[in-house]
Amino acid sequence: MRPVFLLLTAGFIVGCQQGIPEDALAIKPDTLERRQLESRRFVGGKEGDILSACAGVAQDMGFTIDESETKLGVLVASKTREASEAGSRFMVALLVGGNAANSMDKSQKIRLCIVVKPVVGKEGTEWVVRATFQRMVWNSYGQLNRLEGLREPELYQQFFEKLSKSVFLEAQKI
Amino acid sequence: MLILALSLGGCVSNSTSSALDSGANQVQLRQIQSRAFDTTDKTKTLRTVISTLQDLGFVIDKADLELGSITATKLDGYALRMSVTVRPRNAKQLLVRANAQFKEAAVSDPAPYQAFFNSLGKSMFLTAQNVD
Repeated sequence: MRPVFLLLTAGFIVGCQQGIPEDALAIKPDTLERRQLESRRFVGGKEGDILSACAGVAQDMGFTIDESETKLGVLVASKTREASEAGSRFMVALLVGGNAANSMDKSQKIRLCIVVKPVVGKEGTEWVVRATFQRMVWNSYGQLNRLEGLREPELYQQFFEKLSKSVFLEAQKI
Repeated sequence: MLILALSLGGCVSNSTSSALDSGANQVQLRQIQSRAFDTTDKTKTLRTVISTLQDLGFVIDKADLELGSITATKLDGYALRMSVTVRPRNAKQLLVRANAQFKEAAVSDPAPYQAFFNSLGKSMFLTAQNVD
C-alpha cells in the first residue's frame, strides 16, 4: 500500500510542479537573429538624448513609462489594450455561443523594454538600442490565455523608423 | 496582477510560511546561484547582465545601478522571473548572484544557473568562477 501511496504522491508533485525548461537560460541558435531583429545602431548623439527619444516614441505608441534607470540605459513601459476586435467576439458569440466568445482573448498587457548600450565604433562611441516586446493575454473569464514574446519583424521595423525620425539619426542594422 | 496571481496560483497551497521559505540548504543555494568575475567595473557588468538577459528572451522589469540589481521576466508559454545582483567581492572581483522563480516555485536546480552563467561569461569575455 505504501509504495502505491508514495508513487501517487510523487506523481501529484511532478504533475503540479513542472520544472524549468532545460534551455530556458541557454543561448539558442536563433539568439543572434533575434538580437539583430531587436537592435539598431546609432552613430553620434548622447545616450541621454537617445533614451529620451525612446521614451517619446514609447509615448507615441501609447505606452506609459513604468521604470527607468538612465545610468544603465534602461527604460520599461507598458500598455493595456483590447486583445480582440469587438466584432469578431460578437460573431463567435452568435455562431458558437457565449462560452466560446468568453474564452477568446479579451484584454492584453503589452510590455516594452528599451536598452541603450554604448559600443566602441569607428567614429567614437556608438549606441546600440535594443527593444523587446512581450505580452500577457486574458480572456473574458479573467484567465491568463497567453504569455509570449513578440517577434513580428514589422513591429520592430516600425519602432525603429519612429525612433530614427525622433533622434534625427539614421538607424543602422547591426 | 491579482488575476495573474490567482490564475497561476491554483496548484500551490497558500501559506504565509512561503515568505521565509528558502528551500534548499542556504549555503549550497548561494554557491549554485553565485559566480565571481575578475573585474571591478560594476556598470559594465550590469550592462552585460542586461544584454545577456535580453539574449535569453527576458524583458527587463527593474534596474538599479546603486543597488547593483536587475530584475527581468521571460514569457514563453510560462513566466520565468529572475533577479541578478552585482556587488564587490574583494579588491579585484565582483560577485554576481542570480535567483530565479519559475511559475510559483523558486528554482534551486543547479543546471539552469550554470547555463545562465555560461551565457553571461561568454558576453563578458570572462570566466565565471565558482565561489566557496
